[in-house]
Amino acid sequence: MAHQASTPTPTPTARPKFDVQSVRADFPLLREQSRGKPLVYLDNAATSQKPQAVMDALQRYYTQQNANIHRGVYQLSEESTAAYEGARANLQRFINAAQPHEVIFVRGATEAINLVAQSYGRGALGPGDEILLSQMEHHSNIVPWQLVAEMTGAKVKVIPMTDEGELVLDEYERLLCTDTKMVGLVHVSNALGTVNPVKEMIALAHDHGVPVLVDGAQAAPHQPVDVQDLDCEFYAVSGHKMFGPTGIGILYGKTELLDAMPPYQGGGEMIRSVCFDKTTFAPLPAKFEAGTPNIAGAIGLGAAVDYLNGLSWDAIHEHEMDLLRHATESLESIPGLHILGQATNKASVVSFVLDGVHAHDIGTIVDQEGVAIRTGHHCTQPVMERLGVPATARASFAFYNTRYEVNALAWAVTKVREVFG
Amino acid sequence: MADLRELYQQVILDHNRSPRNFKEVPDANHSAEGTNPLCGDKITVHVKVADGVIEDVGFQGSGCAISQATASLMTSAVKGKTTEEAERLFQAFHQMVTAPGGAADTKLLGKLAALSGVKQFPARVKCANLPWHTLHAALTDAAEPVSTE
Repeated sequence: MAHQASTPTPTPTARPKFDVQSVRADFPLLREQSRGKPLVYLDNAATSQKPQAVMDALQRYYTQQNANIHRGVYQLSEESTAAYEGARANLQRFINAAQPHEVIFVRGATEAINLVAQSYGRGALGPGDEILLSQMEHHSNIVPWQLVAEMTGAKVKVIPMTDEGELVLDEYERLLCTDTKMVGLVHVSNALGTVNPVKEMIALAHDHGVPVLVDGAQAAPHQPVDVQDLDCEFYAVSGHKMFGPTGIGILYGKTELLDAMPPYQGGGEMIRSVCFDKTTFAPLPAKFEAGTPNIAGAIGLGAAVDYLNGLSWDAIHEHEMDLLRHATESLESIPGLHILGQATNKASVVSFVLDGVHAHDIGTIVDQEGVAIRTGHHCTQPVMERLGVPATARASFAFYNTRYEVNALAWAVTKVREVFG
Repeated sequence: MADLRELYQQVILDHNRSPRNFKEVPDANHSAEGTNPLCGDKITVHVKVADGVIEDVGFQGSGCAISQATASLMTSAVKGKTTEEAERLFQAFHQMVTAPGGAADTKLLGKLAALSGVKQFPARVKCANLPWHTLHAALTDAAEPVSTE
């Protein structure tokens, strides 16, 4: 474990140069084979692999620390509570939230958004009110709003995007009006890689007094997140996409909004006192964490943050942009291949189609070469509709991917042409 | 590549490139829509049945080579057959692509036997089944659109 940081620190210690081979050694799964060939894992936007440090934290929790939190007066419970709350503090620093209680542990970004839609949305929305969502939202930032719109009589309006996959900001400004009561924006598009100018868009929403939820599921694994700088009201993060365990994520919310919101779920942990006449609720963050939470998951996610703190975001960015450039050039040179999503500001995601070949056939054929990519609509059917394609093939890179793996992908895609002629 | 050649046989590539019966059937008296929510494949099957015989059949939509070729081969196979014969073909086809080690009735299936390689690709079985489930829904006038999920 060359760079397992034992003490969390908000200032990452930069390595002189990004050493991808040393980083790969921290991820045991990357040593696996697939179809008898070295696994080339390029589906990181779906889920990321986990460093050994995360697995160690889970193992340590279950072998040495497991007890229910916040309740026991015995030492073991105190230790597990400290580990769980330590993870919260870690996440707080990771996104630069002002207070630890502004970090709510949830199952993932999907639950974070549903929590806001149901708890905040149901109170804040009424007939004729408008929820503004971008055309490139993941279904998880569309459907929860449609559900709450159905319940409240509010309407969903769509911020359109260009052929290149960039949001039309003029149109966004035009759509913002007195009826707008909520804006939902994806920070980084999972389907196209577009990095949206969320800070600017949040400021525009605030000019109209409108709160903004940012879906940060695809941003957190690639770039530092500063919720105070963004000034968003809500920010959703998925743990398993940022090298943590599945089933854990966080919702960031500003204190004044979270305080005013009713609980999302009822149960143990989230109460101050219960009697059949009246129940009073616990303060933040417990109000939104009913029942025994995913303690191990939270600790594992805290370990993922520790791991990331041992790397340098600048070095990660430089490496991922090199992969993106190399992948774009290599794939574009294949006859009949078209890359979708040509935003100026793009994360390391390449979505593409091949003339005369459906994305699923591409996926099956490259899989025979050990290359794992995602094919389909990527839970963004409105994006597919907008670009006029039923599906795309998508390679999404993490910092542990290499130029060699990009070459393996390009080579595997040429096999598709061999099969289809 | 051996498994791939088994999956993407020439007849499949040919039917994918130039699908037969890719059309609306103007006087169809049965039709159904099928989707594969996972990949976004969509297919509509139109059938004209008279006296229990499939007089004409066509399909429209978009999808991968496996679903397009299956739809093309399927419509070619069931045209002129009774609806019972079509259902029997469906059963035989379903068994061919799903039953572990089960010998398929290749005589009954004819050209459709080219899709036997799908069995080696569990993630792709639903691509081959989608047109059949949609045809079945059309013939039984199912109220709900078909979904492979």
